[in-house]
Amino acid sequence: MTTSTPKRPPARPWRLSLSDPRVAGLFWQILVVAIAVAVVAWLWSNAVHNLSVRRISTGFAFLGREAGMPIADSWIDYTPKNTYLRAFIVGVVNTLRVAVIGIVLATVIGTLVGIARLSSNWLLARLAAVYVEVLRDLPLLLQLLFWYVLMQGLPAARQAWKPVDGVYLSNRGLVLPSVPLHEANDWTLVALAAGVIVFLIVRRRLIAQQMLDGKARPAWPYALGLIIALPALVSWLLGASWSVMLPELRGFNFVGGLTLAPEYFALLIALVTYTSAFIAEIVRSGIQAVPRGQSDAAKALGLKRSFVLQHIVLPQALRVIIPPMTSQYLNLTKNSSLAVAVGYQDIVSIANTTLNQTGQAIESIALIMMVFLTISLGISLFMNWYNARIALVER
Amino acid sequence: MSSVAHLPQDPLPIGRRRAQRTLGGQIVAWLRANLFASVTSSIMTLLLLFVLGKACIALWQWGIANAVWIVSGNDTSACRALRGVGACWAVIPEKYRFILFGTYPFSEQWRPALAVLIFIALFVVSSRRSFWRKELFLLWVVALIAIGCLMWGGFLGMSFVTQDRWGGLPVTLILATFGLAFGFPLGILVALGRRSKLPAIRSLCVLYVELIRGVPLISLLFMASVMFPLFMPDGVNIDKLLRAQIAFILYAGAYLAEVVRGGLQAVPRGQYEAADALGLSYWEKNALIVLPQAIRHVIPPLVNTFIAFFKDTSLVLIIGIFDLLTTAKTAIVDPAWQAFSVEVYVFVGVIYFVFCFAMSRYSRGLEAQRAHG
Repeated sequence: MTTSTPKRPPARPWRLSLSDPRVAGLFWQILVVAIAVAVVAWLWSNAVHNLSVRRISTGFAFLGREAGMPIADSWIDYTPKNTYLRAFIVGVVNTLRVAVIGIVLATVIGTLVGIARLSSNWLLARLAAVYVEVLRDLPLLLQLLFWYVLMQGLPAARQAWKPVDGVYLSNRGLVLPSVPLHEANDWTLVALAAGVIVFLIVRRRLIAQQMLDGKARPAWPYALGLIIALPALVSWLLGASWSVMLPELRGFNFVGGLTLAPEYFALLIALVTYTSAFIAEIVRSGIQAVPRGQSDAAKALGLKRSFVLQHIVLPQALRVIIPPMTSQYLNLTKNSSLAVAVGYQDIVSIANTTLNQTGQAIESIALIMMVFLTISLGISLFMNWYNARIALVER
Repeated sequence: MSSVAHLPQDPLPIGRRRAQRTLGGQIVAWLRANLFASVTSSIMTLLLLFVLGKACIALWQWGIANAVWIVSGNDTSACRALRGVGACWAVIPEKYRFILFGTYPFSEQWRPALAVLIFIALFVVSSRRSFWRKELFLLWVVALIAIGCLMWGGFLGMSFVTQDRWGGLPVTLILATFGLAFGFPLGILVALGRRSKLPAIRSLCVLYVELIRGVPLISLLFMASVMFPLFMPDGVNIDKLLRAQIAFILYAGAYLAEVVRGGLQAVPRGQYEAADALGLSYWEKNALIVLPQAIRHVIPPLVNTFIAFFKDTSLVLIIGIFDLLTTAKTAIVDPAWQAFSVEVYVFVGVIYFVFCFAMSRYSRGLEAQRAHG
């Protein structure tokens, strides 16, 4: 083989000297790996010794023990009698709850502010710039404490501030009207999701057919049937009730409705406003990166304004926006761990309490890291998939 | 800019063109173009003016008109009477020494104050392009040693002050500056390692960077405060501040490594090959040819990382180290002043903002300079 490819230089014999790059490479690698292994082994032996002195058993067996820690704000059933494992799951759910809703809200607000910064209205553009500058240049933790203090300074539940009927803002947090969900409601929502998915597939096929023969086929009858009629039918057949439940003040607290605890609400506001300032800058630079000629040319072709934005400017801007946006989403998720400062029980806070109760420092911190590495990996994979989907298809 | 933009876009009628010559006319023209260009724009402007006006009046009344500026002693009844109506700025003159310097001995607080001034001077000098020479490195070493001497003391009649009494702004600046001073070289080494041809070194660097960047800073700080003592042999007891500092250095190293790597990727291949052709060794090649170009490329993102890092030092609050934010939070534990945390947070916020805003302005200036060539 080697003789048939003339480009390849003949393999030189190995010399046992550092001036041979291959030997030098091998030498340095072995040296670095040996040092790394030695350091880790040394740390590990110290840890094993210290743990045996302090009579702390290693391993994750403590997860099966009774936690005995109260969790105020939980979306899944939990009592202090449950195990540590259950408490950790509650923590993960709480982290995801703040991260997912935070990402959605931050994206919406950030995009609006980013577009506002490019507005031809001078006042709007300046205000957006001030918003971005102030929020970016203050530590997130300071902002979080600030919002939390403001939240605590709100009037008590009896004198709650009531902007609209059924919405109360007090030092008990934000209370919203809610729709109580029963089995019939769940099935309707499942039908809605299925309808949306089937509709997307159908629309794809319609567009593929249009590509073949050039005939436009309207998609709206399918939308009507799959997204509106199907869930409505399921809801009617199962007899689901969609009555809205308004919260009511009873004694010192609210009954019914959806309550966002002040800790959760403060954390959500802080994360959303802080991240939206960064997203605004990303969106602005993304839109500015699309050459003016693109939209000018599209307009010259007589395309409608909305069409130009949707099919010419945004797809090109998105290519610039997506990669930095991914890191902002990751930042928001990691920053949600600041919850521990205001007492919202996310995974970090629960792991910290566990650590103090059981002394299982290594395991608790390992669990935090595992959870965050998994979430980060998930977000990265999704965003990479999305990025590949919208990437420029080159010849 | 297309060439069309040089032509008068919208030839004005003679009458209006004449009106534009006077100052009043110019103002009207500006308003017309920037605030009342269309019906939607006009509605937007009026709406914003209304909201802005209301907010300004409310802020004025709370922050200035109804505010209490000074009280005698710890008697905060005047403040409490106006709670929610007017600010109690009296908390700042009462507590600013504690917020800025923590529990540092009161009579010796000129020392941390001087340290803060040295820090600021060091930043200003380092930002000037004319000082970007080898001597700057020496200056950093001298300045950091001088700050250490000032803070610890124990000579020339200055009493010795242990680290657990340090607090406030100097601690924030120490964490940020030492974190960068040590994290930056570490980041450069890791960035080089990540681009190395040797698989073992490359994967170690990738593992380090991705592990640190994948987890929140808080978990690193927990590691430093809780796990670190477990990993040390008996009798070795490292101070809490130093442990947090080590966590910060590792954290900064990982993030700076990614920024530097971006710069390394921007250096054309020809530069590497030319250096190889000259027979330079690996270290000579990187130190003399590649890194100077790579780092120049990424100065604006580096400054942005510095800003993020400066803000992140506030997280030490969670492990109980007395930085600026922690002293602020502690200052209002005092029952007499408990209700006035917003005022204290505003005060601390202004300090953080001044530092970050100066840095972000500087970074934008550099970017503009580069854009103009």
